[in-house]
Amino acid sequence: MTSATLTVAAARRGNPWARRALILAAWLAFALFLLLPLFVVLSEALKQGLGTFVDAILEPDALSALKLTVLAVLISVPLNLVFGVAAAWCVSKFEFRGKSLLVTLIDLPFSVSPVIAGLIYVLLFGAQGYFGEWLSDHDIQIVFAVPGIVLATLFVTVPFVARELIPLMQEQGTQEEEAARLLGANGWQMFWHVTLPNIRWGLIYGVVLCTARAMGEFGAVSVVSGHIRGVTNTLPLHVEILYNEYNHVAAFSVASLLLLLALVILLLKQWSESRMSRLNTPADEE
Amino acid sequence: MSRRISPVIPGFGLTLGYTLVYLSLLVLIPLGAMFLKTTQLSWEQFWAIVTAPRVLAALRLSFGAALAAAVLNGIIGTLLAWVLVRYEFPGRRIIDAMVDLPFALPTAVAGIALTALYAPSGLVGRFATELGLKIAYTPLGITLALTFVTLPFVARTVQPVLADIPREIEEAAACLGARPLQVFRHILLPALLPAWLTGFALAFARGVGEYGSVIFIAGNMPMKTEILPLLIMVKLDQYDYAGATAIGVLMLVVSFILLLLINLLQRRIEAP
Repeated sequence: MTSATLTVAAARRGNPWARRALILAAWLAFALFLLLPLFVVLSEALKQGLGTFVDAILEPDALSALKLTVLAVLISVPLNLVFGVAAAWCVSKFEFRGKSLLVTLIDLPFSVSPVIAGLIYVLLFGAQGYFGEWLSDHDIQIVFAVPGIVLATLFVTVPFVARELIPLMQEQGTQEEEAARLLGANGWQMFWHVTLPNIRWGLIYGVVLCTARAMGEFGAVSVVSGHIRGVTNTLPLHVEILYNEYNHVAAFSVASLLLLLALVILLLKQWSESRMSRLNTPADEE
Repeated sequence: MSRRISPVIPGFGLTLGYTLVYLSLLVLIPLGAMFLKTTQLSWEQFWAIVTAPRVLAALRLSFGAALAAAVLNGIIGTLLAWVLVRYEFPGRRIIDAMVDLPFALPTAVAGIALTALYAPSGLVGRFATELGLKIAYTPLGITLALTFVTLPFVARTVQPVLADIPREIEEAAACLGARPLQVFRHILLPALLPAWLTGFALAFARGVGEYGSVIFIAGNMPMKTEILPLLIMVKLDQYDYAGATAIGVLMLVVSFILLLLINLLQRRIEAP
């Protein structure tokens, strides 16, 4: 490094005192807003030792809540994955009138309160709802049952995969797909061998975010659940019930299970993000 | 109707059709049903529901706390984005990864954690009580909970834009004699403001509708610390579907108008 580049580097770092103060402020904000809540969940959960902690997680109601949460994730994530790919395909590879309206509609569930997301399904499928009578005549229960929980989870997680894929696919353009077609690939071959490998990491990123929200959704699921222990309780709802029963140690134990899952999700997110940026900027690695 | 970017790319009809059917079934028809339900009320009935003192108090609290949280995040988010993009320091990677924690953590977990933290017996609440400050079960606690769940929005929208601003422009300005504040006012601010506003709007919209993280720390006292989404829940528990629906429509309409205003503001900034 020459002395000239050193001077520029020094100039770039700016005022050293301002720099130190800002870094310190960022650390403080990080510790106060993000680290402390984490610490509280774990310390409250382990207050009465590891035994009570494990008991709270292995209790039958907690396990059935875990099962329902996994079920809701396993149904809503694949459905929204297929939707996300389809939506991103038509938005990013074609020009048509009303496109920006369509993108707004895809994002709509983000700006609707989760409580409203639950409410609309109660209005449709509840006992007093538009389809309520027909459903009860045919002995089908949606609200206050598992299908309602899945529907509410689906609603709040609609945009996640599409949102990640649209900008990525717009940036990639259509040249590689065109080449595949001109070389004789049919539509599916082009998709599997050209498009999918290109959007792989963005797809994983979207799925990770979608899973996080599906696993943790509370408001929407709370409206349609009916809170029947062991039947229509997801893990977040189970946390609420335990907490309201003043069973704080158990509530924080189940909460720390969710916290660990959240940390795993953050790791997966970080990993898919770094793979994505490596693919996009291969020139950066010398 | 479609103008293909390229003539050989297939699948327009299939993907657009699927997208429209899926969105209609899951999002548009159910939301439409809510508006349809409100038409069963006369205008006077609707007006009486949404102007009831309890609803107005909740409206003020929900939008006020969401606004305060979005402003607070406008500051903290910009600080985090700035430090993460511009400086190299110990722990940078950890902070960068953990900024997204509020999106990964279930809101109910955030809710009980913040309540335990800010309650009068809690780790932070204890000090606040000594200073005569009550956080949990007050609008301040609600604002802090909303700040936590919306923390990533501003940071994550500002961060990539800040990373893309060439440092040479600032250096050139500094060489030409601009003071740091002038550099900020004339170079950084215009470039960052649209992204900042986007993050602000996202945080605000999320804050207005947020439920899980707030209900634990709010205390939920009618007229004092009751947020709008909770009021919808209360009406539903009383089987007052018309009342719940009217409040739901009110929330959607007010949020829509505010987001539209932010959008217009953004366009004015982007097109000088």
